[in-house]
Amino acid sequence: MAEEKDLKTIVATDCGSTTTKAILVEKQGDEYRLIKRGEAPTTVEAPYEDVTKGVLNAIDELEDLTGKKFINDEEGTLLKERKSEKEGMDLYVSTSSAGGGLQMMVAGVVKSMTAESAQKAALGAGAIVMDVIATNDGRMPYERIEIIRNLRPDMILLAGGIDGGTTKHIAELAEIISAANPRPRLGIGYKLPLIFAGNKDARDIVKDTNDGKMALEIVDNIRPTLEEENLGPASDKIHELFMEHVMQQAPGYPKLMEWADAPIMPTPGAVGAMMQTVSNEKDITIVGVDIGGATTDVFSVFELENEEGEYEKKFHRTVSANLGMSYSISNVFAESGMENVMRWVPINMEEKELRNIVKNKMIRPTTLPKTLKSLIFEQGIAREALRLAFEHHKTLAVGLKGVQQQRTISDVFDQKESGQSLVDLMKLDMIIGSGGVLSHAPRRNQSAYMMIDAFLPEGITTLTVDSIFMMPQLGVLSQVHKKAATEVFERDCLIYLGTCIAPRGNEKSYGRKAMEIEIEHPRDKEELLDKATENSPYFHISENMTGKIIKHTVNYGEIFRVPLKREETATIRVKPTKKFDLGDGYGKKMEFKVKGGTTGLIFDARGRAPFNLPEDKETRLKKLIEWAKAMNAYPLDRLNENK
Amino acid sequence: MAQAFTPGLKVTKETIVKKRRILPLKGDVLVEKGDRVKYDQVIAKTELPGNIKPLNVANKLGIAPEEVKHVMNKGEGDKIKKGEEIALYKSFFGLFKNVVKSPIDGTIDNISDVTGQVLLREPPIPIEVKAYVDGKIIEVVEEEGAVIESVGTFIQGIFGLSGERNGEIIIVTDSPEDELTADLIKQEHKGKILIGGSIVKMKAIKKAQKVGVNGIVVGGIDDQDVKDLLGKDIGVAITGHEEIGFTLMVTEGFGQMRMAQQTFDLFKENEGQWASINGATQIRAGVMRPEVIIPKDKDSSEVDKKSISSQGLEIGDPIRIIREPNFGSIGSIEKMIPELTELESGSKTRVFEVKLENGEKTIVPRANVEKIET
Repeated sequence: MAEEKDLKTIVATDCGSTTTKAILVEKQGDEYRLIKRGEAPTTVEAPYEDVTKGVLNAIDELEDLTGKKFINDEEGTLLKERKSEKEGMDLYVSTSSAGGGLQMMVAGVVKSMTAESAQKAALGAGAIVMDVIATNDGRMPYERIEIIRNLRPDMILLAGGIDGGTTKHIAELAEIISAANPRPRLGIGYKLPLIFAGNKDARDIVKDTNDGKMALEIVDNIRPTLEEENLGPASDKIHELFMEHVMQQAPGYPKLMEWADAPIMPTPGAVGAMMQTVSNEKDITIVGVDIGGATTDVFSVFELENEEGEYEKKFHRTVSANLGMSYSISNVFAESGMENVMRWVPINMEEKELRNIVKNKMIRPTTLPKTLKSLIFEQGIAREALRLAFEHHKTLAVGLKGVQQQRTISDVFDQKESGQSLVDLMKLDMIIGSGGVLSHAPRRNQSAYMMIDAFLPEGITTLTVDSIFMMPQLGVLSQVHKKAATEVFERDCLIYLGTCIAPRGNEKSYGRKAMEIEIEHPRDKEELLDKATENSPYFHISENMTGKIIKHTVNYGEIFRVPLKREETATIRVKPTKKFDLGDGYGKKMEFKVKGGTTGLIFDARGRAPFNLPEDKETRLKKLIEWAKAMNAYPLDRLNENK
Repeated sequence: MAQAFTPGLKVTKETIVKKRRILPLKGDVLVEKGDRVKYDQVIAKTELPGNIKPLNVANKLGIAPEEVKHVMNKGEGDKIKKGEEIALYKSFFGLFKNVVKSPIDGTIDNISDVTGQVLLREPPIPIEVKAYVDGKIIEVVEEEGAVIESVGTFIQGIFGLSGERNGEIIIVTDSPEDELTADLIKQEHKGKILIGGSIVKMKAIKKAQKVGVNGIVVGGIDDQDVKDLLGKDIGVAITGHEEIGFTLMVTEGFGQMRMAQQTFDLFKENEGQWASINGATQIRAGVMRPEVIIPKDKDSSEVDKKSISSQGLEIGDPIRIIREPNFGSIGSIEKMIPELTELESGSKTRVFEVKLENGEKTIVPRANVEKIET
């Protein structure tokens, strides 16, 4: 097994849809450390149309930075044998997410029941649902056939009927799909997958009707009884086919497989593997996010009580195939709406101008924001992408063992939100951010700020980011060399931003008291505020500090931030007012110890459940500037210079 | 040095363009290797199975679904004519007769004894693949299509709408800066490909549609106009099937963008020539950019191969800035700065010093520079 091997030099790459990232890991003494990181644009575009070119370019940058040799320049391949300290490698692994989205159609018998379940399964698997066909969708059969033919989906999910129920309607849908016999968008010799996740008694009918026209996959019924919803098997199957499908579309992929010493992992799979390792080793609940160019993946590990009354960890992963910061940026804008993006932006900008900025990023996905204004705007879009992806995740991270969700007939009539989401923001211990916009934000405080706004954590939550976005590479490395992966993860990957302390609740108006806080800081006033001048973001603390104790009243609508380093621990006492709850109940006092990070302690009294921004634009802009200052998020003086 | 730069768009006076022309499903290829083809020549054809018309025979006759097979006069695969009797049900010892007539010409596709439904298929729809560009067949893909090689001027754009069209190149603006306004579009431009300057707005687009222009090439377009034109927002950049009456190719980006002088000049050189244009854009796996091809009567052996390969960026290379500030400006690489440099946004990245056309020098992130491929 590779783990037993004493490997000295490891190169790992992640081929994202925008950028290909390479890391060099070497054994120094007894431990593995990250040495350097290189990156280059992913080369799926013309004139290259070969993903391995980008891999070579990224590794070429590692060569530049280290003076070592990893590429056989003549042949354009990797030096897969380690010849000396300066030449070759022992192991090469890679992940890939180059490709894009998955477009699906779903069909079910009753629009609000099986068809809706099918839609959830498809969305949960990260697909774009192009249309939902149902027996009662009010369309004529020939119209349904035409829709299927014209939309040319990448895959169809057919559901319908409870196990043991009538098969007639499924037969009808199967006949329609079979008659439409849609052609794949890409590749002539490829049969379009049809997943059947309906009444098990109808399997043979579907098989006969399909008659080999499409690549039929049969999974468990997503609605085995009327009260039960079981999305897992269908979602997993879609995921599986999505990975296969998208991967195969990325030019150069077969060559990359040849180079790699372990199977190429899809990026989200690798990141998920790493998230689970963190949760298990630290015994904490986690929400993780990887925001990429085309897709955003959200991961969560929460506890669920099983039948024996014991708590067990449940891992969930969702892929939002159409939410991302480059290829899909325009879709984020379209889906969330301009108002939702602009509510985060403390600058006046015109709609026409914004539309063009978004579309220009879409058609030139690898560009970087040079001006502060475009950075702030891009981070506003990132908040929305993260928020939407998280909302999507919450609706799917639900359910009991083996059964994803219980839904009763009365729920349907009540239009109640079906199923209880496992995501409980009050119980959340840690948020891990990953992906270019979070890992590469010019200031770490921006990453913390974006994650707080997008996820709205409640209670006490640790914020971290993947320092240089290498969780995918470490995830795939952990499959073949756990020691190297975990050592690098601990020492070089995870950056602690700090702790967010945000009570749940709201007041009638801004400025009313939300909580009284008392911090026993490891440093005294002089040490902490050594260089604090009037312009320093920490100046306000000096008014509230005596010796090592900081006492402060945080009012509703305020962010109060106190520096606390990663290696420091502070004891905190919080007394929320009756309108606020920090985890022990409304108005209940709490005392706890926390560790710091690059951003420190963030007391966020802007309100939760719901979180509201001022509706009046002028007040909102004023507040956004105030919060950005408290977070020390942007060099706002540069913005004024430009005006 | 790593070639970490964005591959540029091709704006080439003479190059070899290869086009793979494939049917959506298997059929007949009508050309042979070595044949010279014209843009409008059909090179492969097939028939797409006709549309389906479901007919619930069980309901119409008031019988059980499993009985349907026994009352059908026609079997699966049989040809039918409109008005022809396809099912007959006799009850009471033949006293009452109920018939079902075919509503279409076509064939019986499927008879279901589960739903009682009979699926009728209309006659097949013929599908043809045309050459799209003038050129030579260099490869025949059995039963699927062929590869055409064409020598000519090749100009790529950054974004486009609608699919393949052809027409004569007409320059309508005086300079690459000017707006392509409605009054510049004349009746005689019907069927032509119009080359404009920095932007085309809704009024001119409407006029172009009315006149029946085949193509428009401009530096920029406002996204709001694209949204109004299509009636929806573009979520991901996958285009090519828009039914807007003409093909659009944008060379620089969204907003008012001066067309690169080199691009404009190259079009000007080719004024009056016959060209092929395609707006299809895909910015994902298997990237596709819109294009204009102006074929020349030449053989590929006569083309200077040097002009085809793409090299990395070097000092002195002409580039285009592809993000604000100075978005769309043309310049050349003055200096390659290897150290990470802090930008106004606070990001630290590798940058170039770029000399703009007006002589001004500026720092630009490497990722925001696109090589002008010649």
